[in-house]
Amino acid sequence: MLSGYTASELLSIFAMQGFAGLSLFSVFLLMALGLAVIFGQMGVINMAHGEFMILGAYTTYVTSNLFQAYAPGLFPIYFFVAVAVSFIAAGALGALVEWAVIRHLYSRPLDTLLATWGLSLILQQVYRSIFGAKEVTVILPDWMMGALQVTDSIEIPINGLIVLVLTLIVTVFMWAVMFRSRLGVQLRAVVLNRPMAGAVGINTALVDRITFSFGCGIAGIAGCAFTMIGSTGPTAGQLYIVDTFLVVVFGGAGTLIGTICSAFGIAQAQSVMEFFMSGSMAKVITLLIVVGILMIRPQGLFSVKVRK
Amino acid sequence: MKSKIAAKLSAVLIGAALACAAGQALAGDNPIAVTDKAVTVGILHSITGTIALSEAGSVQGEKLAIKEINKQGGVLGRQIEYVQEDGASDWPTYSEKAQKLILKDHVATIFGCWTSASRKAVLPIVEQHDNLLFYPVFTEGLESSPNIIYLGPDATQQIIAGLDWVINEKKAKTFYFIGSDYIWPRTSFKIARKYIEDKGLKVVGEEYYPLGHTQFNSVINKFKLKKPDVIFSTVVGGSNVAFYKQMKAAGIDLAKEKPLLLTTSVTEDEVLGIGGENIEGGYSIMKYFQSMKNEENEKFVKDFKAAYGEKSVIGDTTESAYLGPWIWKAAVEKAGTFDIDKVRAALPGIELVKTPNGYVKVHENHYMWMKTYIGQAQKDGQFKIVHGSELMEPNPFMKGY
Repeated sequence: MLSGYTASELLSIFAMQGFAGLSLFSVFLLMALGLAVIFGQMGVINMAHGEFMILGAYTTYVTSNLFQAYAPGLFPIYFFVAVAVSFIAAGALGALVEWAVIRHLYSRPLDTLLATWGLSLILQQVYRSIFGAKEVTVILPDWMMGALQVTDSIEIPINGLIVLVLTLIVTVFMWAVMFRSRLGVQLRAVVLNRPMAGAVGINTALVDRITFSFGCGIAGIAGCAFTMIGSTGPTAGQLYIVDTFLVVVFGGAGTLIGTICSAFGIAQAQSVMEFFMSGSMAKVITLLIVVGILMIRPQGLFSVKVRK
Repeated sequence: MKSKIAAKLSAVLIGAALACAAGQALAGDNPIAVTDKAVTVGILHSITGTIALSEAGSVQGEKLAIKEINKQGGVLGRQIEYVQEDGASDWPTYSEKAQKLILKDHVATIFGCWTSASRKAVLPIVEQHDNLLFYPVFTEGLESSPNIIYLGPDATQQIIAGLDWVINEKKAKTFYFIGSDYIWPRTSFKIARKYIEDKGLKVVGEEYYPLGHTQFNSVINKFKLKKPDVIFSTVVGGSNVAFYKQMKAAGIDLAKEKPLLLTTSVTEDEVLGIGGENIEGGYSIMKYFQSMKNEENEKFVKDFKAAYGEKSVIGDTTESAYLGPWIWKAAVEKAGTFDIDKVRAALPGIELVKTPNGYVKVHENHYMWMKTYIGQAQKDGQFKIVHGSELMEPNPFMKGY
């Protein structure tokens, strides 16, 4: 399929295709980071993860409307405010859910699957009742749409760049929280040995709540970012949930580096294959490869070493 | 279990038969709930679940038509009462609820369904119990049930009108197909490919993405590489939003028509989610646009907004749904009875001269004669009509497929 093109045309296509893979990687990673905390660290199978993302998206929608109505002059920068508000909104809902539901189920991980699935249905209906069944348009400032003209034939989508940068920031932030903060130390202690962590004076219930809420907050940021590239509707969260679990499980639950590598691998594989074959076929082959590798390495690409 | 359900059903049936023996008309094996004052019909759409997004407009259209008919004195002197059931975006639920509407509520007809899958779930039910279904969405064809009226355009009516226009007016030579991966897009593109290749023109790419796919950067790069004259899209649902946003972000300005975008899957309803600024300049092929200039439509739009709010928009399927009760009314009046067999016999040939989309007529194959229009998407979410076809015959079983 590549015959009949000049070298410079091919070069620019490869450059743009490389960026397409990179932006898919950042999307996958952003989706998965929140779940990596909740599922990876805490072992809670959170089926409502997509709905927490959509809460972020709806928060962005409301923020954008408020800015348009009350501070149109600041509209071009509302997105940064929306990121923060989405984090807080999704995090707050996460804390509430942890208190009401999840904390009763820590010893029964499979039940969390059912409970959070039910929660996802409830949240979908809540969104539908508040915002209507139809999708809403999140209006973005003009500077965030369109493409950056690098050369005559290479165009890089600006929203892809924004998602990429946001993902980098969130990843670094998460790394800092996990490995450079007191909460991170406590969290890792609780994950490795809950009774022992409790015995040395860590308030494990509080750590659980903060961690769950933190993971949900990250999901909110992801939802906020995805208003740039996807749809905002009551059930849009369902579009992301499968890929999200795929990335986390494939990477190996509980490791940040695993999640990153897995997001990168899946994104590049899918994006390269999509270029050479049809979209459905690319997805099938990607899934087959992932299943194959998981059969050989059930613990995922990376795993935490624990004394059993 | 099965016999228990059967026993329950027959108990319900007997009970209902006894109850209506007094004042209700009994037609054939299936009693219909008709009294001297009222007739009951069913509305069956998803108001919860994934598809609720799309079906909301259809419910509104049907209810508005029923309200207007009642205001004018009803059908054969009876007011229309409706029983509404929720298909919950789940196809088996549709067939269960259709059964409930027919056996328990004794509806005279059903208005409903949206996806082809939901229609195919209800088809055996309406055929078995000999009831009627008015289906408001454009379809891939390849189906013709004596018990279903297909109110939307079939694939040929949309596609061939659209292709003729881009080939003749825009001198298009090369085409790139992109669609969601299920029966309607695949059938549509089969028809389109044959039509294009018969004219000696070229399809340079054909791609399907899973429903709900949200990443289109790779295929957009392929557009840039292949430089087709026309991108023909049948991407549906949430994917649609991602597709148009990412095209815009990748620097493809649809208003420049290089490439030109043609779609059979975007109505005013979808533009709400996509955002007018993201699809501005693209062309949609439909039998109805909210911006149509005629007396009937101006009244329809005014009444619709009065009923559902100033901000509501009307897409093709909403208007099809609105036609349903009117066509049923015309058939009942022609038959002079609510008896389903007689209404069904009266349906072919029923014509409505003045509807919001102009003249329509029911064909023997239960699809509709109609004109097809091409509208260019505007920033405000409306379409500017640039072309209208001749009256087109529906052809659900096109030769060669």
